[in-house]
Amino acid sequence: MNYGYFPGCSQTGSAKEYDISLRRVIDKLGVSFDEIEDWSCCGATSAHATNHKLSTALAMRNIMLAEQQGMESIIAPCAACYNRLIMSQFEIANHSGVKQETEKLLSSKFLKDIKVFNVLELFLKIGINKIAENRKRELSDLKVACYYGCLLVRPAAITKFDDAEQPTSMEKIVESTGAHTIDWNYKVECCGAAHSIARRDIVVDLSKNIIDDARAHGANVMAVACPMCHTNLDMRQRAMRRKYPGHEEFPVLYLTELIGLALGMNERELGIDLHYIDFKYADSALENSIANKMG
Amino acid sequence: MSANTSKDTKKLQPSFVTSPPAPDSCQNTYNNSDHTQKHTVADEISERTFQDVSLCYQCGKCSAGCPIRYYMDIAPNKVVRLIQLGYYDEALKSETPWLCAGCLTCSTRCPKEFDLAKFMDAVREIAIEKGVEVKQKNIIKFHQAFLDQIRKHGRSYEVGLVAEYKMKTLDLLQDIDSAPGLYLKGKLGILPHNIKDRKVIKNIFKKTKNKTDNRDTESTY
Repeated sequence: MNYGYFPGCSQTGSAKEYDISLRRVIDKLGVSFDEIEDWSCCGATSAHATNHKLSTALAMRNIMLAEQQGMESIIAPCAACYNRLIMSQFEIANHSGVKQETEKLLSSKFLKDIKVFNVLELFLKIGINKIAENRKRELSDLKVACYYGCLLVRPAAITKFDDAEQPTSMEKIVESTGAHTIDWNYKVECCGAAHSIARRDIVVDLSKNIIDDARAHGANVMAVACPMCHTNLDMRQRAMRRKYPGHEEFPVLYLTELIGLALGMNERELGIDLHYIDFKYADSALENSIANKMG
Repeated sequence: MSANTSKDTKKLQPSFVTSPPAPDSCQNTYNNSDHTQKHTVADEISERTFQDVSLCYQCGKCSAGCPIRYYMDIAPNKVVRLIQLGYYDEALKSETPWLCAGCLTCSTRCPKEFDLAKFMDAVREIAIEKGVEVKQKNIIKFHQAFLDQIRKHGRSYEVGLVAEYKMKTLDLLQDIDSAPGLYLKGKLGILPHNIKDRKVIKNIFKKTKNKTDNRDTESTY
């Protein structure tokens, strides 16, 4: 299938490592995609929070570009972009007049149905066996809290993907790396999302609850698939410590980084060194797991 | 909440079911041109969200699961109730729609399949259009600064966003501890990523313009 790639703005800046690790991992698994040429912002929270017509048009411009560039589907690794793209498609397909209005704004017509995939769907499509087959190390000393956040699975009627309250697809993917996953309560709770700058106090509270629950259930690392969640859960830990002095650092990785580690790449190659909270997958663990495998 | 202390039982009827007079203050504020008020704020929200606001039967499941409820002045389901009853002024002035993070928990759990997050989008949009004074000023300033980057560059430009947000809020110290880190790690680009076809983006902004477009409405907020 001819995948189009919609990186999203964060992947060119604060979530650079998500882009880097996704590209490397995909390449290693023998899948390729073409970046949508001249893609633009999906509108994000700010557009749909204040102007729904603007929001639909900004998101649909990218779908239209993908269509014009001969792509059949789009990979949108950012959960927020993914959600904006599918919500806008839903609007166009189900509400009278929206399609015509948006076509007019973009001076072009929608002819094909372009399928938008999130990063979990992508790995399930590639096949988790493929990750297991290409595994260079077993991350068996990692106990991973799989954090979905809001926008990967909600609203279920539109994402039509996994269970909105108790999703399990990320666990399947993570387990294919040899890591363990934990049962916990906050996997679909909100981290505060776009309030990160204007209401940092809210984000600090909500994100700390998420980290605390993960830790309380025995996790030693968290996996996420959204740049906004990562910023709130990783970068905001400094502010967490200021507000809650007892807070201890907790590493938060992108799902793609975790897979990359299992495929034998190092922290630097995956951009893990760009995080606020350090995470080093001990070399000894690597040697041990290889020794175990051989033994 | 004033809605609860209403003495006039007529006011408890949703305005779109029959057509009772809305509370006086609202009538004066929002229906200057048409005192028979055929098209209410409730109707407007129903139209924009493609769902009737009367769908909500006030079970409160949305507020029970809302992660931000603690920070809000009015529970999410009560904002719907205010709109149903015609207390538009109270609803549009509430901080609740602005604090809604759009996490969609409510929309997913609603037994009536009422998309409350979308309802909140419409309430915000109408509040902006009517020039209602927003209490959560920093949130709207953030949205304005964010959309400004997109209009100018086609993509979000984090350095520009933070700079513009700080100029608007004069909150110069916030994030001073995280920004240098981001620079050092090479995450924040010094230059914006300009897309080629910025004309089409500018055109979209122009044709869908509302008051969030702050070039000419800066003084509103």
